[in-house]
Amino acid sequence: MHDSTSIQVRVWRGDAAGGDFADYEVPQQPSQTVLDVVTWIQRHADATLSYRFACRVGMCGSCAMMVNGVPRWTCRTHVNKVAQDNRLTLEPLRNLPVIKDLACDMTVFFDKWKAAEGHFSGSLTRDRPVAAISPRDRLRRAANAAIECINCAICYAACDVVSWQADYLGPAALNRAWSLQNDIRDTNRAARLQAVSANGGCMHCHSQQGCASYCPNELNPTASIAGLKRQAAGSFLKKKYPEHYA
Amino acid sequence: MIKPHRRQALYLAFLLHRLSGLGLALFLPLHFYVLGRALDGEAAFDATLGWTEGPLVKIAEFGLVFLLAVHFFGGLRLLALENLRWSDRHKNYAAAAVAIAFFVACGFLLRAF
Repeated sequence: MHDSTSIQVRVWRGDAAGGDFADYEVPQQPSQTVLDVVTWIQRHADATLSYRFACRVGMCGSCAMMVNGVPRWTCRTHVNKVAQDNRLTLEPLRNLPVIKDLACDMTVFFDKWKAAEGHFSGSLTRDRPVAAISPRDRLRRAANAAIECINCAICYAACDVVSWQADYLGPAALNRAWSLQNDIRDTNRAARLQAVSANGGCMHCHSQQGCASYCPNELNPTASIAGLKRQAAGSFLKKKYPEHYA
Repeated sequence: MIKPHRRQALYLAFLLHRLSGLGLALFLPLHFYVLGRALDGEAAFDATLGWTEGPLVKIAEFGLVFLLAVHFFGGLRLLALENLRWSDRHKNYAAAAVAIAFFVACGFLLRAF
């Protein structure tokens, strides 16, 4: 029997070969975050627990885990907001291979960023003047709306299409691609559109909006993917019927 | 049981669209069977049509009309999502699709008896 000043925490322990849940009792503190709970377990209960964090202030995107079945950034998630009957269940992020305990292998996630041409390609050197772009410009506002991604992979873990189709690029990579597609300085837009509209690209999104529901920075990757779909459809029509789109 | 990460309105809209589509696909063979009865002659076809006048069939048709309407209006929402300028009101649109479909199905039921 536990008292109300402690939290009952189930933590998934294991590696790529498999694992199981271990139970811990953690003292409750005011303004305690889920990351605080994990850190307490590692420092006071079991030093072999593996997890990942860096900034602890919602900037780096490295501490995301499944908290009671929902992907969350644990450094900014207060226990009293998510605990159910003073209980927490912590698992590694869904849709990513586990390295150990709560630490996932993010390689495939970043490989998909590369596959979606998620890097900026400019034409100017640093010796040239900075491009003058109005923040009120329509394209710049579209780019800005998608730009604050911290690569936490919460959207990737929330996405059912990623779990159904291994080669689907996922919400984060496609959101990044959409941001760059709206950057007028970028010179790689045609190749990027080709990459994100090929098999495994934007057309596979079912618009469930789990990515948008759980994005800690309140981005909307589904809106970005819808933008890519429109752009891909427009590009197709322009190629198919050039006489109508001169 | 819906997993925690799927407990959000637009997942339910996705599920409803899929299940209504599946329900309509399963109905199609029955629909073709009823039409095919016309090949067996006027009497056979009339007998089948008479069977569809039963109250249980009418209530089942209410469900069918709801599936058709919810799939239609849900499909319009998805077409708008993918082809028009983005709107942040898709939860409202999904709820409206269900409400209109229910309204249409109730309208059918009122006229069926």
